[in-house]
Amino acid sequence: MPRLIKDGRIVEEPTAPMLHSLEDWQALTDKTGTAVQLEPGDDLSPLLPHLGSIEVVAVSFPAFMDGRCFSYARELRERGYTGEIRAVGHFIRDQLTYLSRVGVNAFAPAGDLDLDDALGSLADFTEFYQASNNEPLPLFRRRT
Amino acid sequence: MYVYDRHDQKIVDERVAQYRGQTERYLAGELTDEEFLPLRLQNGLYVQRLAPMLRIAVPYGLLNTRQLRALAAISRTYDKGYVHISTRQNVQINWPELAEVPDILAELAAVQMHAIQTSGNCIRNTTTDQFAGVAADELADPRPYCELIRQWSTLHPEFAFLPRKFKIAVCGSREDRAAIHAHDIGIELVPNDAGVIGLRVLVGGGLGRTPVIGSEICPWLDRRHMLTYLEAILRVYNQHGRRDNKYKARIKILVKAMGVDAFRAAVEREWQAVKDGPTTLTEDAFEYAESFFTEPAYRELDGADEARALDRQCADEPIFGNWVARNTCEHRVSGYRSVTISLKATGYPPGDITAENLELLADLADRYSFGELRTTHQQNLVLADVAASDLYTLWQALQAEGLATPNIGYLTDVICCPGGDYCSLANAKSIPVAEALQARFDDIDYVYDLGPLDLNISGCMNACGHHHIGHIGVLGVDKKGEEFYQVSLGGSQGKDASIGKILGPSFRQDDMPDVIERILNTYVSLREEEESFLDTYRRVGIEPFKERVYATAD
Ligand code: SF4
Repeated sequence: MPRLIKDGRIVEEPTAPMLHSLEDWQALTDKTGTAVQLEPGDDLSPLLPHLGSIEVVAVSFPAFMDGRCFSYARELRERGYTGEIRAVGHFIRDQLTYLSRVGVNAFAPAGDLDLDDALGSLADFTEFYQASNNEPLPLFRRRT
Repeated sequence: MYVYDRHDQKIVDERVAQYRGQTERYLAGELTDEEFLPLRLQNGLYVQRLAPMLRIAVPYGLLNTRQLRALAAISRTYDKGYVHISTRQNVQINWPELAEVPDILAELAAVQMHAIQTSGNCIRNTTTDQFAGVAADELADPRPYCELIRQWSTLHPEFAFLPRKFKIAVCGSREDRAAIHAHDIGIELVPNDAGVIGLRVLVGGGLGRTPVIGSEICPWLDRRHMLTYLEAILRVYNQHGRRDNKYKARIKILVKAMGVDAFRAAVEREWQAVKDGPTTLTEDAFEYAESFFTEPAYRELDGADEARALDRQCADEPIFGNWVARNTCEHRVSGYRSVTISLKATGYPPGDITAENLELLADLADRYSFGELRTTHQQNLVLADVAASDLYTLWQALQAEGLATPNIGYLTDVICCPGGDYCSLANAKSIPVAEALQARFDDIDYVYDLGPLDLNISGCMNACGHHHIGHIGVLGVDKKGEEFYQVSLGGSQGKDASIGKILGPSFRQDDMPDVIERILNTYVSLREEEESFLDTYRRVGIEPFKERVYATAD
């Protein structure tokens, strides 16, 4: 059964969500409970009116150096999306802290990334300067 | 200067631990070269022509003497006993072992330093005026702003994998000594009509292959919006900057492609989403940042008395007088001056300094300048707060170690990247050109007679030597496998920034001193009265220079 990291734990997923490309997804008449996969370069705005009904937004990493998905995830969270954001593709373990901080809560890497190791990297940092998904206030509002 | 509290320290310590793990995984073969590349780059480590190079961050150019001594010790233990000051005010060492870099970073962390984001496609060290806080023409001290930007940009989760590197500079004075027009974002602290200091924001400036002067996208921004506005700019860039061609990936290309008005509109749209959110700066945040940049305990000095005494000393010892005239400048506080220590002595690579001299300067800074020292983007060092009555003893100490070269702002104060001697990206060597020029123009009176002159040398299009904004710019180019040099004239930094114009076909290394001499002779014959090189160039244009340089070459 496929395994992935979700909300800080390794879980098994009996049935993977049906990930639509943005174009296919836009053609769906009923968007309730749907899953859509964003590729770098996609336009986020078609999703915005449906944030309440989408179940999974996958952000795709064709190559790990392409950082556009970091902005997608952050924007989705800023606009109030509370469903799952799943990183898929070729990101690397060292990006996990950043990804979780911009609001990605599920990680399904392609290739042979060891999930236990990856899980460990989620805890690389425990203190941050910026406001982010796991710490709503920037450090300058928290210094004591 | 800024002092870490437990939060700052923890972030830096965790970063060291993370990088130690990454290095171990790389050495164990668990990380590929390709995967390790951005990780080591974002910790300052390049793999160069001969050895790795580690670039250590000096946030906006400020160092205390504890840090200076630590740098000296690190350069001895892990390197060859000298360091290089870069044109981004950072410190570089050229021969560390890859496996030892985590130890170096740990030693840096112990003195509140790091190498985070000194390279790679991320937000780099924010730079500013080397005379911040002491300049007579300052409107607002840029350092608290720089520190707030440093914190915001350090390990920012959204912007660690940008299309390309990203550089921010801040200036708070009438004269721009931070080259804000040549940065991805340039910030100028300016008052509005009511006299309240805010931010004028420029975007899309930069050197490199396509040099561009930045465009204004906001004439005045309330300072509490600084970080959300920067975030909006970065977000537009992260999403829309080109990633298919690294030569077209800088924000200047995006701004050009969209047009500055469309770019501004896109930023405004993104900004509305984050404006007034938690990242909006508070008055407390400013107060906290400002509390680290208060005045040191200046002595009460009678400025007029001090000036008279200094004049006497200068008259008695003309060499000292030269140094005072060239290497010190006016200070906001009466009776004090700021001293620039030239790292451009003939025969030494521009910007290099030995561990012993770093330690000497640390001692001198403790004695004469409140224990602080600054790096400059002209690759020199500054003691910012020296009482005029201490100048003579300070000068003697510097003079004894060859650190009193009186050439700041003159021809031989050459700005020069490490070039082909070190850098694997180079097309040509740059240091030997600088040395040949310094050797040719060794008559200091002639150099003074030429007046202020910026000569900048880069070993390739990446323009680390900022050759486009030198009054005379020299660029190393590769012509069928041979090293050649292209010369440009008329560049300048500062508020009337301009990009130099290419003179014509490039020259061999051996010919460079002659070429520069012909350019200088042309200037001398055409100048009117006290006219500077730049003013003469602007008046007569490039043609007369072209004619003479190439005519004589035949
Ligand atoms: S300008 Fe080119 S040669 Fe010089 S340091 Fe930069 S990359 Fe290297």
